[in-house]
Amino acid sequence: MSDWRGRDRTYRLCAYGSILCLFAFLFLVENYADEYQIRILNVSAIFVTMAVSYNLINGVAGQFSLGPNAFMAVGAYTTALLTISPAEKELCFIIEPIIWPLSVLHLPFLPSLLIGGTFAALLGFIMAFPVFRVRGDYLAIVTLGFGEVVRVVANNTQSITNGPLGLKGLPEYTNLWWSWGVAVFTVFCVTRLVKSSFGRAMQAIREDEVAAAAMGINVFRHKMLAFVVHAFFAGMAGGLMAHLVTTISPTLFSFFLTFNLLVIIVIGGLGSMTGSIIAAIIITYAGEWLRAVEEPMAIGPFNIPGIPGMRMVVFAIMLILVMIFARQGLMGRREFSWEWFCGFLRTGERRG
Amino acid sequence: MDLPLFLQQLLNGISLGSLYALIAIGYTMVYGIIRLINFAHGDVLMVSTYFTYFGISVYALPWWLSVIIAILLTALLGILIDLGAYRPVRHAPRVSALITAIGVSFLLENLGLVVFGGRPKAFYRPDFLNKTYELAGVHVFSLSIWVPLVTALLLVLVFLLLYRTRVGAAMRAVAKDMEMVQLMGVDVNRVISLAFAVGSALAAAGGIMWAMKYPQINPLMGIIPGLKAFVAAVLGGIGNIHGAVLGGFLLGVMEILLVAFLPSLAGYRDAFAFILLILILLFRPTGLVGKGASG
Repeated sequence: MSDWRGRDRTYRLCAYGSILCLFAFLFLVENYADEYQIRILNVSAIFVTMAVSYNLINGVAGQFSLGPNAFMAVGAYTTALLTISPAEKELCFIIEPIIWPLSVLHLPFLPSLLIGGTFAALLGFIMAFPVFRVRGDYLAIVTLGFGEVVRVVANNTQSITNGPLGLKGLPEYTNLWWSWGVAVFTVFCVTRLVKSSFGRAMQAIREDEVAAAAMGINVFRHKMLAFVVHAFFAGMAGGLMAHLVTTISPTLFSFFLTFNLLVIIVIGGLGSMTGSIIAAIIITYAGEWLRAVEEPMAIGPFNIPGIPGMRMVVFAIMLILVMIFARQGLMGRREFSWEWFCGFLRTGERRG
Repeated sequence: MDLPLFLQQLLNGISLGSLYALIAIGYTMVYGIIRLINFAHGDVLMVSTYFTYFGISVYALPWWLSVIIAILLTALLGILIDLGAYRPVRHAPRVSALITAIGVSFLLENLGLVVFGGRPKAFYRPDFLNKTYELAGVHVFSLSIWVPLVTALLLVLVFLLLYRTRVGAAMRAVAKDMEMVQLMGVDVNRVISLAFAVGSALAAAGGIMWAMKYPQINPLMGIIPGLKAFVAAVLGGIGNIHGAVLGGFLLGVMEILLVAFLPSLAGYRDAFAFILLILILLFRPTGLVGKGASG
């Protein structure tokens, strides 16, 4: 067996091993950590899913979309409408009764989640036709517009979404296994896609659309593929989020959510999945730590009043500073690989 | 629908449209010169209403003096935002500038929440704007007349600035070809600062009238007028100041008439602007007027 094939096998074993370690860690957390820790880990996983899929369209394909909140909303609502029991729905829809097929549908979590993702992907497929007729900052505005339209529609279709009241009483299905399982699955699928010929075509489009088209790449189809895959995983993440917070309303899926994701992928580095994963976890935890800033503090004899809203101020300043001073973010476009890691260890050995 | 009611709604539409037009000019000026969608424009407008609020309620100044001071301070704010956030990324890829602008927008909104608090505050409305007249069966709210009048005055001033002064000529020239103008010895950065100042001042005027129209202000109030004015700018053809004015009036009138004629769609009012935007970009991406005066 040649050397590279052996090394390839080692790297693959490393990858499986690390996933196993992750799940062993989750097992420990689930049994020994408190509710709060588990919740933050769940949120981190959902943000990893969202950020990685969002980075596919923004970082890899270079199409600056501002509409992931639309897909998350569709995913969340679809999943929630399928998992809430018919009795609960009747209690929930007090202003207008829910329309027929939705009122009796009741499915387990996994199929609901997949259907949620599929519906989001379907919306992505339909949106792709108008959206990819424009480029650059216009594309940003159009996707932002779609995000707003989805929110307004959710606010107004009383008999499907229960309007501004939102849906209540979702079963609390999301746990560490679901959230991290989906996160690992997403990272696996997206990184495979990026490394495939499709992914290379997407990167070519990002660098130079005209040149890519001249090389025979079907520009529209590859943009569409990135967009639909992004939409599917964002929809799944929306479903997971809905079943973590157990109450959803249109305000949950405002531009605010997109802004959080944007901060994550920009800080991680546009185009780097590793960066997105790291930044998603850092930002989730940073958000929790910054919660302390928003609460009143007593340092010795001094009482410092809490400053609500401070977290977002910090994130906004961070985003601007990263753009001005460190446009590459944490990782630039680099990715973690076992090859790099083993090389790193080996040079460490040599030094030591 | 009878004629008086139609006229009344038309007047409301024109009054709303003139606010969109004022705000849209700021977008289009900045975009025309540095090709940046200034996401923070709507939030600049919000800050201007707070300046006015503090002038009237905290420092007990006469309302007209507070308005003038607020407009000047907002112009200064526009220049500072350009200096602090946009100038460092001017030669970066355009997406970086766009992300910076989104960051500035969120910074202003959340600083607003931190500094001013999230609770809405009542906004002062001078007495002469509070009257209702009746003309041939048409009920006319005096604010709805004053807003288009003030707007018309400001528009005349802006066009005088653009077409009758040296800096105006420089501004139009920079929008045409920045590098060439730089070679001719024009200080481009000063021209850009001026564009931000004028745009922000107009947004302030629009925002203050907006706040008088819906006499309440909060730190997130700038988002909707900002987004809709942007749609108005694109509708007219972004980078074109005449287009922005036309787009603003059209959007305002269409929006009001839509709500008046089809009340069942009133809930979709905020989506209407975006659907319109998507349709324009699909079928006529250069807008109604297209590249013109300062494109």
